[in-house]
Amino acid sequence: MSDTPTLRIKNVSKHFETGKGRVTAVDDVSLDIRQGEFISIIGPSGCGKSTLMNMIGGLLTDYEGDIQLDGKKVSGCQPEIGMVFQEESTFPWRTAIENVTFPLEAAGLPKEKRLARAYELLDLVGLSGFENHFPSELSGGMRQRIAIARTLAFQPRILLMDEPFAALDEQTRHLLGDKVVQIQNQLKQTTLLITHNIAEAVQLSDRVLIMTFRPGRIKRVVEINLPRPRSSEMIGSEKFSAYVAEIWADLRQEASKGLKETEAAAAH
Amino acid sequence: MLATLLRPPPVIARMVFFAVLFGVWEVASWLGLFSRFIAPPPSEVIPSIGLLYSDNELITRFLRTFGEVFAAAGIGSGFGIVIGWWLHHNKTAGRAYTDWFAAIAAAPLVLLFPLFLVLFGRNASTIIAMGAVAVLPAVILKTKEGLDHVPTVFIHVGRTFGLTRWQQMRLIMLPASLPTIFTGLRLGLVFALINVVGVEYLIGFGGMGLMIAELGDRFEVAGMYAAILFVVLCSACFFWATARLEKWLLSTR
Repeated sequence: MSDTPTLRIKNVSKHFETGKGRVTAVDDVSLDIRQGEFISIIGPSGCGKSTLMNMIGGLLTDYEGDIQLDGKKVSGCQPEIGMVFQEESTFPWRTAIENVTFPLEAAGLPKEKRLARAYELLDLVGLSGFENHFPSELSGGMRQRIAIARTLAFQPRILLMDEPFAALDEQTRHLLGDKVVQIQNQLKQTTLLITHNIAEAVQLSDRVLIMTFRPGRIKRVVEINLPRPRSSEMIGSEKFSAYVAEIWADLRQEASKGLKETEAAAAH
Repeated sequence: MLATLLRPPPVIARMVFFAVLFGVWEVASWLGLFSRFIAPPPSEVIPSIGLLYSDNELITRFLRTFGEVFAAAGIGSGFGIVIGWWLHHNKTAGRAYTDWFAAIAAAPLVLLFPLFLVLFGRNASTIIAMGAVAVLPAVILKTKEGLDHVPTVFIHVGRTFGLTRWQQMRLIMLPASLPTIFTGLRLGLVFALINVVGVEYLIGFGGMGLMIAELGDRFEVAGMYAAILFVVLCSACFFWATARLEKWLLSTR
């Protein structure tokens, strides 16, 4: 892993004007991500995690501070930064293979090349044999793997994943976590994962960033020194549980604040 | 066996419905419950379809009417899709005019035929223009609805892959909204058929509508009902064919 940051986030803040006044979603966040590193951002609902990701991905451009990829300012979406979304994003009118070839088709890559790349990626995410299935014929976990393969097809420098497994059951999440670890081992893909799930963050990450409840700031960074390659089998281990407990201790305070504020808003 | 009888397949259920309907109509007519002159029984109406073919140039008139329907639907759909896209794209226009088109969709546009007669004269242009106008609201509203409801995440996916506006429209917006747009096109075709036959009847020009008017004027009531029945059958076939076409198109998006 190189020490030079691939992605540099410097003093980034984002405010939204709402009917109840100005809301600061992200406040003075700074972060360096090195090539090949896997970082998770964890925080209570409404802490600005997704806003931060949308700024990095170029979907939100109106913010304070600076985001740089290899020293160049990120101003809008760019192919070097790929995004996997929480919502269902596979195109229902395209088969699995056609979904994966989508960005390559839009970029004008010859058919043979894009098909070869798509077959390779579907194999990587464990979906060989399902190339000609439509998303409606596949499970939620399989559809998210297609979305990951589609994003990887563009060979992004940075992969951003916004709670990609949020809609899945616990067991499937753990198994897909294994699949992400396997992809990470093979591609050495620099990845930033937004998640609510502490076990998922510990299983996958080199570092876990804990965010405060509104305004979203980085409260603490936890280095995960578990040996690689990792798998879901280590979830019951003592060291793994210690990391989970450590992160939860910090996150609990923020989640409680979030819950109180949400309940107070509902009471009014 | 009993279960099949109690819960027949849809095709059998439809056939049974028509058999019962025609049976009741036939018996009621023979019993004199209503005048056979006003509503002749099916045993007189159905054979009259053959007479329409031999005495009234059924095929020529059918082709004429459906030619006008397709022309009206094509013109109306073309303009409708463009206007629907504009209402989606231009938020001010969308907010200002969408309700107007919804109101127009509910209005009896066929009553505007005197205006169109003055503008285009008593010819096929009037019929096609009125048909096209009837197609417009359904296609406009459904096109706008389809484009408005494309999931934001699909648009974000396109943006992250650096799609141009044209690629975004061609590769994401149109295929994602196609089922809704196609519903508008199917409704538009039905409105075109209703209006084309209606205007042909009113202005005494064209194909099937004119034929119904002529048969009525000659008091050939059985033939008139046969012509109406033929239009209804054609319309049903038409609807079935567009449903198949829609299914095929959506599978090849």
